[in-house]
Amino acid sequence: MEILIATIVRGVGIGSTYALIAVGFVIIYRATDVVNFAQPALVILGAYFNALFVFNYGLPFPLAVVGSMAAMALIGALTERVALRPMVGQPPFSAAMVTVGLFFALYVLAARLIGSNVITMGDPWGLSRVEFLGTTVGQVDIAKTIISLTAIAVVGVFLQRSKLGLAMRATALDQEVALAQGVNVGRMFGVSWAMSGALAALAGVMIGTAGGGMVALDAFVALKALPVIILGGLDSIKGSVVAGIFIGVAEALTRTYQPGNADFLGANFDVVVPYLIMVIALMVRPYGLYGTKEVQRV
Amino acid sequence: MLAMENLEVVYEDVILVLKGISLSVPEGSIVALLGANGAGKTTVLRAITGLLDVHRGKITKGTITLDGKPIHHMDAPATVAAGIGQVMEGRRTFTEFTVDENLRIGAHTADRGTVEANLDRIYTLFPRLAERRKQVAGYLSGGEQQMCVIGRALMAEPRYLLLDEPSLGLAPLIVQQIRDLIVAINEQGTSVLLVEQNANMALAIASHGYVLETGKVVMDKPAAVLREDDDVREFYLGLREEGAASFRDVKHYKRRKRWLS
Repeated sequence: MEILIATIVRGVGIGSTYALIAVGFVIIYRATDVVNFAQPALVILGAYFNALFVFNYGLPFPLAVVGSMAAMALIGALTERVALRPMVGQPPFSAAMVTVGLFFALYVLAARLIGSNVITMGDPWGLSRVEFLGTTVGQVDIAKTIISLTAIAVVGVFLQRSKLGLAMRATALDQEVALAQGVNVGRMFGVSWAMSGALAALAGVMIGTAGGGMVALDAFVALKALPVIILGGLDSIKGSVVAGIFIGVAEALTRTYQPGNADFLGANFDVVVPYLIMVIALMVRPYGLYGTKEVQRV
Repeated sequence: MLAMENLEVVYEDVILVLKGISLSVPEGSIVALLGANGAGKTTVLRAITGLLDVHRGKITKGTITLDGKPIHHMDAPATVAAGIGQVMEGRRTFTEFTVDENLRIGAHTADRGTVEANLDRIYTLFPRLAERRKQVAGYLSGGEQQMCVIGRALMAEPRYLLLDEPSLGLAPLIVQQIRDLIVAINEQGTSVLLVEQNANMALAIASHGYVLETGKVVMDKPAAVLREDDDVREFYLGLREEGAASFRDVKHYKRRKRWLS
C-alpha cells in the first residue's frame, strides 16, 4: 500500500511535468495549427539556463527559474519570428517539418552547452522527504505537482479571461477574421511561442530536479509530451492535464510493478508505456479525450 | 469621406482584378456597390481594410483616402483603428466562441472603458443576441449569426462600416430585418458601404449606387436613378417592361450583361 502511494505520488509529479510541456504544444498548436516538435529542445535549454543562473551567477533558485523562463520566452519569440513567420500561409505540415529541423538545431546547441556534464537545478528540495498519507514521499514530487498545475491554471485563466487570451483564441479559429477585428496576428504567434518557451523552461527545471540531475539526452523525456497531447487532444489544455497525469502514473506504476510481475517484457519497459498508450489512443479516439471536433450546425 | 481613386489591384502578381476604380462614401451616407460574381466587389473591400495580402493581392496603382489621408498602405489592424469596420462575406462568426466573446473580440482595438457601453448598445440593437449571449455562436441561425458579426464590427465604433453581402442565404423576412438594422445603424452615425447581390434591398436604402463589372465601375448614379434604369431593372431587379419581347426572340449573345463594348 505504501509503495503504491509513493509510486502514484511520483507518477503524478512527473505526469504534471509532462502536462506542462504538453500545454506548450497545445498553445502553439491552437494559435498556429503547427505541432511544435522543437518544444523538447526548448525544455532542455531552459534547464540549462536555470543551472547557469544558479551556479554561474549565484542567483537564488526562484529568481533563476523566473530568469530562465524569461530567457526562453525571448528565444521562443525569436524562433517564431525567424523560422516560423515565413511559413505563415504554407501547409501546417511544412511548418511542422521546420520545427523538426529546429529541434535538432536547438538540441545540438543545448548538447554543446551542457556537454557531457550532469547539470542540477540548485532546487531547495533535493532528496528531502515528507510525510504523506502514512508514507514518506519526495518533497520534490509534491513541489512539481503544485508548481506545474498552478502554472497551467494561470495559463488557462489567461486564455479564457483576458483580452489578449481572447485575441489568441480568435487567431486560432480564423486568422483572416481576427485580422479584420484589428488583431495583430503575427504578434499573437509571437506571444504564443513566448508562452510555450516560458512553460518549457519551467518544465525543464522540473525535470532537472530529479535525483540524478539531468543530461542533454533528457530531451527525449520531454518528448513524452507527444503521447500526452495525442491522448488528451491536440487543442485541449484540460486534456493535457488529465492525459499527462494519467501517463505519468501509468509509467510510474509500470516502473514499480513490472519487474517481478512481468519480467518477460524486459528491462525499462516503463519507457515504452506512454507510446503504447498513444498508439491505443490513436486507434480508439484519434482526436483525443478532450480534443474538439469542429462545431457545426446541422 | 472614404474615397478611392483609380485603384488597381492585382492578385498573384498577374491577375488584374480592379482596373482603375474610383468611388466614394460620403460621411453619413449609405452607398451600394452592385455587381455580378467576380466583378471585384469583395476585392474593393479587402483593398480598403488591408486584407489583400492574405489573398496574395496587391494595390498596384491608385489611392484610398480617409478624410484626405491615404490609408492604402495600412495593414488590417491599422485600418480598424482608423475607424473602418468590415463584415465579411459568409458571416464568419468565431464558431466556438459564445456570442458575448464574439462581440468582445470586435472591441480588440477599442478602449477598455468603452466595451461595456458598446455591448449594451449592441444588445439593445439586436435583442435576439441578448437572449443568446452565452450560447456558442456556431449554433445560431443564419440571421442571428449575421447580426452577431454586424454587432462584432460595431464594437470597434467604426465610422465607416463595410458590409459584404449581409443578405446572403437569408430568408426574405430576415433580409428585411437586416435592411432595417442597416438603416438604424446608419442613423446612429455610421456610414455604410453595402456590397450586395440583392440589388432590390440595397438600392431601397442607399443614397448612391455603383455598378461594378469585371473590375470597372460602369455606372455611378444616385440610387433613385439606378432604380429606374432599364438595364439595372432588368438584370439586377429582375423586372422587365410590360409587353417586352420574350427571351426566345432576343439574340442571346447580345443580352449578356455587358455595359461597355
